[in-house]
Amino acid sequence: MFDVLSDRFDGIFKRLRGRGRLSDKDVDEVAREIRVALLEADVNVSVVKSFINRVKERARGAEVAKSLSPAQQVIKIVHEELMTTLGGETGKLTMSSKPPTVVMLAGLQGSGKTTAAGKLARHLVADGRKPLLVAADLQRPAAVEQLRALGKRIDVPVFSEPTDPVKVARGALKEADRTGRNVVILDTAGRLQIDDALMGELRRVRDKVGPHDTLLVVDAMTGQEAVNVAGAFDDAIGLDGVILTKIDGDARGGAALSVKEVVGKPILFAGTGEKLDDFEPFHPDRMASRILGMGDMLTLIEKAEAAFDEEEAVKAEKKLRKGQFTLEDFLDQMQQVRKMGPLQNLVGMMPGLPKEARDAEVDESQLGRIEAIIRSMTPEERRNPAVINGSRRLRIARGSGTSTQDVNGMLKQFKMVQQMMRSVAKGKMPRLPVPGR
Amino acid sequence: MSATLAAVLLIGIFVLAAVLIWLGLGLARRAQKLEEPPPTGAPPEAPPAAGVDESSAVAAPPAPGLRDRLGKTRAVLARSLGALRGRRAIDDEAWDSVEEALLVADVGVSTTTRLVDELRARASAARADDPEQLVTLLRGQIVDDLSGVDRTLHHAPGGPTVWLFVGVNGTGKTTTIAKLARREIDDGRPALMAAADTFRAAAADQLAHWAERVGADVVRGQEGADPGSVVFDAVDAAGGRGAGVVLVDTAGRMHTKVNLMEELKKIRRIAERTPGALQEVLLVIDATTGQNGLAQARQFAEAVGVTGVVLTKIDGSAKGGIVLAIEADLGIPVKLIGIGEAPEDLVAFDPEEFAAALFA
Repeated sequence: MFDVLSDRFDGIFKRLRGRGRLSDKDVDEVAREIRVALLEADVNVSVVKSFINRVKERARGAEVAKSLSPAQQVIKIVHEELMTTLGGETGKLTMSSKPPTVVMLAGLQGSGKTTAAGKLARHLVADGRKPLLVAADLQRPAAVEQLRALGKRIDVPVFSEPTDPVKVARGALKEADRTGRNVVILDTAGRLQIDDALMGELRRVRDKVGPHDTLLVVDAMTGQEAVNVAGAFDDAIGLDGVILTKIDGDARGGAALSVKEVVGKPILFAGTGEKLDDFEPFHPDRMASRILGMGDMLTLIEKAEAAFDEEEAVKAEKKLRKGQFTLEDFLDQMQQVRKMGPLQNLVGMMPGLPKEARDAEVDESQLGRIEAIIRSMTPEERRNPAVINGSRRLRIARGSGTSTQDVNGMLKQFKMVQQMMRSVAKGKMPRLPVPGR
Repeated sequence: MSATLAAVLLIGIFVLAAVLIWLGLGLARRAQKLEEPPPTGAPPEAPPAAGVDESSAVAAPPAPGLRDRLGKTRAVLARSLGALRGRRAIDDEAWDSVEEALLVADVGVSTTTRLVDELRARASAARADDPEQLVTLLRGQIVDDLSGVDRTLHHAPGGPTVWLFVGVNGTGKTTTIAKLARREIDDGRPALMAAADTFRAAAADQLAHWAERVGADVVRGQEGADPGSVVFDAVDAAGGRGAGVVLVDTAGRMHTKVNLMEELKKIRRIAERTPGALQEVLLVIDATTGQNGLAQARQFAEAVGVTGVVLTKIDGSAKGGIVLAIEADLGIPVKLIGIGEAPEDLVAFDPEEFAAALFA
């Protein structure tokens, strides 16, 4: 059930490894597996079809690179096709040469428009722009209050009036002129793409203000419906880009593939969490890598850079070189890692993790147990775990409220880590398992 | 980034990886050892529905004209299955259209495969040779799968009843509560809304607007207040005012966020302080949700013992087929569906109507 796309690909590519040439039969078999994987990731059925056909064509075609094994070649093709499908210039809005630039957000109910509006405003402020948030959602009770509350948090003015969306939009342009705001972000009411009356209203708003960026806000958990939604909104108001929200969950985000294929416009930003600064340019390359099970190393390293204290890091490194990596350092490192965010998020980015580890519901309280075990040791035991005998083990287990098996497991684990550390210290890079190698 | 930092980063990552592998393997082993049955919709700590007086279990009113309301849905599905109509024989392409229709409805690969396999058996048993028969058989099969399940909402026989609403962000929890409050009030039971979503800006305002509109009471705390305290106050107030049903609105949360799921467990524990009051934990799922709906249901059920699903926004062209997988795999019944914006647009889930509307 937790079969995620990357696990699927892992499985497929493992089977392909070590083969000679790819036969047509191999290609067909891989194509079938990729189809299932993509469907499970919520990629639309028709998008899957065209994607598979492109992969098949290329896999069977003339592009036989000499330096690659057949398996690597398939990975390369699938990866490239995923990138092509997801790609385009991301993270950039079209800015008008004559301010204000008008950005209009549209989408279904509950896709996250209001939150995205707040996050986008914050992003623009950080970029040195002066946005004006406009609450043109007069349908949902308290939508205006919600935007006002968000505006207050990020110190961005919010404009609204209890008239109708078209008048609000027009009024907002005047307000932006009057107060010197150079980007107007229009939050519209959520609507179903089959609601002709409301889609008509959206068109009138667009005609009135002529937005420079008309963005569709799409929930990453959306299923097959994504193509209908994207198609209908594009037909009605002409989209310039997409904001993909709620990618911090465990949805594989096949909707991203679907929407991109239908609209043909880039996914500009992604909403990555609850906080207002959990908003970043969409990275098609990272997404494609993640789908392929190669992990999301780039994001991981960025997060690590933000969380790790350079001074601490230098100290740890010195100890490491001397081969003095102790349980205390282990504890420190673990805490550093935890600062990088919820473990579950990190796991998804980790390359080459076995399926068991990726599937495990990461329970942060388990880490608390490891901490408790280490904290129940004397300084000597932490420096030199070899002294831990039966009675010490029992004491540690009692002190940390765990069992002696838990203590044993922890020590064994630590030994493995220590060995890894030693090989790093000797300048050998431990082998990073990457599919296809 | 200096080479030193890079090395230490790698170490940190290795430590993390090592810890995770240990945890993962440990958990997997433990799970195997215990041979735990798969989580169901009613884990041990779920409210005992058995103890409830039959008369207090209120059947939701029948869905008026669901078929009409789902007209657009039907049109879309008919297009997928329409391919069957023109065919003379049940050939590979006919089976492909059946499969595609299910996949497009978000039923998911594994449930689709199972349904198609069963349909093959049924079709050969019935000696079906007309592709159109497949649609009828498939419909019957889905109705069979969904029947014989208790889909009523339960009330506590004596004191106040508490219904807890949970789900990921943006599925329509607040709106569902408003609609349900209206229904309870129409049935002569005073309703009290507990604004335990103290996270999203103006969420309590949204609920208060609705409360005023449908004539319910509302208990709210400050933005950022402890949601547990709001629930406590609401249940307390309900006891005092003699309110029939307390509808608890919780903040939308990703099922993958451990701390937020812990918070939800705490809310549940507080709601349980009045013995027998907590009767329903309803998971609100958006009909546009794809395969992730199953993971949502699984995680919420594990954390707070979900007793039923509310499928919202079925008035679009989304089919909400993931609920078939949720019922089959997790045994959590769909109890209500939201078919429109108006307060009366929340109706009981009826398998016949659902299947008919899908495959008419």
